[in-house]
Amino acid sequence: MAPMKVYGWAVSPWMARALVCLEEAGVEYEIVPMSRCGGDHRRPEHLARNPFGEIPVLEDGDLTLYQSRAIARYVLRKYKPELVKEGDLEGSAMVDVWMEVEAHNIEATLWPIIRHCIIGQYVGRDRDQAVIDENLEKLRRLLPVYEARLSVCKYLAGDDITAADLCHFGFMRYFMATEYAGVVDAFPHVKAWWDALLARPSVQKVMAGMPPDFGYASGNIP
Amino acid sequence: MSTNVARVLVCLEEVGAEYEVVNIDFQAKEHKSAEHLARNPFGQIPAFQDGDVVLFESRAISKYIIRKYKSAGEAADLLREGDLREAAMVDVWTEVEAHQYNPALSPVVYECLIYPAMRGVPTNQKVVDESLEKLRKVLDVYEARLSKHTYLAGDSVSFADLNHFPFTFYFMATPHASLFDSYPHVKAWWERLVARPSMKKLGATMAAAAAGIKQA
Repeated sequence: MAPMKVYGWAVSPWMARALVCLEEAGVEYEIVPMSRCGGDHRRPEHLARNPFGEIPVLEDGDLTLYQSRAIARYVLRKYKPELVKEGDLEGSAMVDVWMEVEAHNIEATLWPIIRHCIIGQYVGRDRDQAVIDENLEKLRRLLPVYEARLSVCKYLAGDDITAADLCHFGFMRYFMATEYAGVVDAFPHVKAWWDALLARPSVQKVMAGMPPDFGYASGNIP
Repeated sequence: MSTNVARVLVCLEEVGAEYEVVNIDFQAKEHKSAEHLARNPFGQIPAFQDGDVVLFESRAISKYIIRKYKSAGEAADLLREGDLREAAMVDVWTEVEAHQYNPALSPVVYECLIYPAMRGVPTNQKVVDESLEKLRKVLDVYEARLSKHTYLAGDSVSFADLNHFPFTFYFMATPHASLFDSYPHVKAWWERLVARPSMKKLGATMAAAAAGIKQA
């Protein structure tokens, strides 16, 4: 069986979502590195894989998938269905609830902070503190809900780790490298949950490919 | 009617489940009441209750409903969870609706219909024009896809298609509906969708609700 291929740049938080699920699945895979600054994602050969011109893209034999959450679900359903609580009507619903919460709240709130605090300085973009503050305010309203949830169960969908937790990893990784990590640290159950994620071998492996500055300072521009 | 509520109702109608809609009074800030926050801790709608099961997030609720009614004939196939590849295609196009299609299309609905009706503000034409430009690029991809398949995830309808209904329905009530005429396969797909009994029924309710808002 040929290993699965994942196309993209390993520093991407969206790529990290797919990679951490592949690691948890314990399946053989190969990263096909692409250059974001080189515009590889807009070339015809990539548009043939993903007509929206984005990464990650997963190839499993003749099946090509895009959208990081769709990739995450496919990989876990195939190799570790317990991580999506397949066959458990209520359990799978809880996984879906918290994947949706992440999709509609976390990415949209953390990414602008990450862009302005980490990336901006390397791409000639002035830091917009108003944007940072607006999103920190949103985050401060989201975190009490997470804190309440993680006070009643160890992970978001219950007492076992699932896709819902794993899908938070990529964006959390970079946010926690900004000067605002303390905003999360103020919520003890969220902090404990994050520490538990960090302790996982899958997370450590993927994080090794994600320097906190996205590689800009060392000249490995994504 | 909230588009996210409509999303869930389409799925309930498709599986033929019995359900009751309980109105939440936004004017009275009922969505922020302790009682509602116990159902949806983010104070949003919809929230859903099935016996002891309480859920929020419209796509999560919808999938629960589809899985629960799995044995109900055609409803069995809306998620295709019996087949890894087919389920993956449903997921891909469900994500595409959420992260490509909706961000391009919904601002037009907000600017042309919702904000003028709810807030009395004029349409921001710049936002509309930028969104239409993004939407054209998205519809290019949809046109190519729907030239090869009858529905987004394959040759029969799925959850991925259903997700497009609520916002597209309202888009068709804006002055920009004719944009779809340039995408014949997309237009044909849309017309197949809205011919479905679930969408005819909900469309009537949504149109009535929209007319009610305009008159308020």
